Amino acid sequence: MAMPLESPISFTNVGKIRWWQRGIFASQTGYVLLALAVLLVIMHFASPYFFSQGNMQNVAKNFSFIAIATLGITFVIITGGIDLSVGSMMCFSAMITSMVMTELSAPGSPLVHMAADGKTVLANVPGLILLISILAGLGVALIAGLVNGFCIAVLGLSPFVTTLGMLSIVRGLGYVVSNGRGSFPGGPDADYFYALTSGDVLGVPSPFIYLMILALAMAVVLHHTSFGRHVFALGGNEKAAELTGIPVVRVKIEVYVICALAAGLQGIIVSGWLGSAPANMATSYELNVIAAAVIGGANLAGGIGGPLGAIVGCVLLEVIRNGLVLAQVSSYWQQTLVGVIIILAVLVDRVRSRMT
Amino acid sequence: MTKADATPVLELTGIGKEFGAIRALHDVDLQVWPGEVVGLMGDNGAGKSTLVKIIAGNFRPTHGEMRFAGSEVHFNRPVDARAVGIEVVYQDLALADNLTAAANVFLGRELKRRFGPIALLDHKAMASRALELFGELRSETRPDDLVRQMSGGQRQAVAIARTRLSNARLVMMDEPTAAISVRQVEQVLGLIHRLKEQGVAVMLISHRMPDVFAVCDRVVVMRRGEKRADKSIHQTSPEEVTALITGAKEAA
Repeated sequence: MAMPLESPISFTNVGKIRWWQRGIFASQTGYVLLALAVLLVIMHFASPYFFSQGNMQNVAKNFSFIAIATLGITFVIITGGIDLSVGSMMCFSAMITSMVMTELSAPGSPLVHMAADGKTVLANVPGLILLISILAGLGVALIAGLVNGFCIAVLGLSPFVTTLGMLSIVRGLGYVVSNGRGSFPGGPDADYFYALTSGDVLGVPSPFIYLMILALAMAVVLHHTSFGRHVFALGGNEKAAELTGIPVVRVKIEVYVICALAAGLQGIIVSGWLGSAPANMATSYELNVIAAAVIGGANLAGGIGGPLGAIVGCVLLEVIRNGLVLAQVSSYWQQTLVGVIIILAVLVDRVRSRMT
Repeated sequence: MTKADATPVLELTGIGKEFGAIRALHDVDLQVWPGEVVGLMGDNGAGKSTLVKIIAGNFRPTHGEMRFAGSEVHFNRPVDARAVGIEVVYQDLALADNLTAAANVFLGRELKRRFGPIALLDHKAMASRALELFGELRSETRPDDLVRQMSGGQRQAVAIARTRLSNARLVMMDEPTAAISVRQVEQVLGLIHRLKEQGVAVMLISHRMPDVFAVCDRVVVMRRGEKRADKSIHQTSPEEVTALITGAKEAA
């Protein structure tokens, strides 16, 4: 019912929050972005090679290799959950994709025929094998995500334990299906596969392009759809979300599915760059992915996070790695430094929120 | 303050609830009329919360009948109660403090604009409607501020504005004045008056005698799962209500 306002509200007691105290300026993402900018300037003076085109392409490609999975896990982290099965999922999806591709490309498969020379295998429909195998890879990720989501949202198991179990299950399945040998994308569509995963468009690496598209889509979903709003509400106050009639179970299952799909896609892309999907691929990547998300400002307690933060976190990690290499520092220092940065980033945010 | 000509917005007849061998509620009759503020009082364990949860659809009653605006209703979930026009303002307010005031008001029923197959949030419409609601409640609350940065009174306003969104006909408030400052208590009681002015029935569950006597038209006292008193506020006194709550006086 629209009641006429006798008088518009006047804000006599309630001050307006200043622009620098709200939005990105008051977020950890903002501070880390600033730190990243400073770091880039330092790198520029420290090494003449840093801003060379080749190195920039390298950096862009390398951080894209964990950034898509980081986008996915950011959804989960915003709801206050965690997904430890990301690394295993990357490996398993990549493995299934290349195994299905090889299988469908074997002589005798209905999708291929032999060329006139009797040795070369040709695809009946170019690209179809590639499509089916990528869908197969994403399909197993979908199933794992559904199982995670079901256990957490419906059965009420803790996200940490459920996904720790899934980490082991999926890694184990990877060894089972491959017998520990790893697999290679093969057949007539393998060239398309490599072009899509490790090629570039006008000098821009294709993983980076996928990342940008997905990050934009994620920004729209998080801030301009009711699903995104519900994801934030779930992380802010789960009980409130439930009482206001948000379909909590469905939203939870959806975020774990999104996370698993992102990890699967990431794994498939990485395997294109590696040229194979070894059974120990992406081992312990879940830690890099979670570290990147947390550095970028996603709050493990839930309620805060976004695509910009996820990307900034990944870029920061990669720039540090790259910088240490260019500065000829032993690469063993990298992990130590990453740990320090995780703690610093969270610490700075804590100090800031104490001050206001 | 019964009105013979109107139908009560809520009418409970012989409501009872058992949890196993424990009888939490027994044979409660209660009527609430439009635009009336009813105080529901009782000590801990008297059955207030059970009664509220039955009306809000959290529990199903074991016995008895519930009529809303004249027709019989059965709620399986809180959403069912909300669908007919019963809103609850919970003690902890059920707000997501990482979201803005407007986002909280519209949580679970966001306004959207369709762009072909995609429906995107209509931020502008939600903010202006929320501002309107805060205006009605005379609360100085900005729709775009985060709930985390708000005072207790503003939070109450957000929680109450949420009930105004759906044109609720009965609003139940669980201890709205329990944990806030004196000035904010005044604001909340003011908010209850606004609801009353607009013809909304309010059930105020409270331990605080002064608040109940300040805003309520009628007070209902529960003890040991039974309704012990149901009196107009002018025909009783804080002393009598206290006696009824503690059991010094059996019934009135």
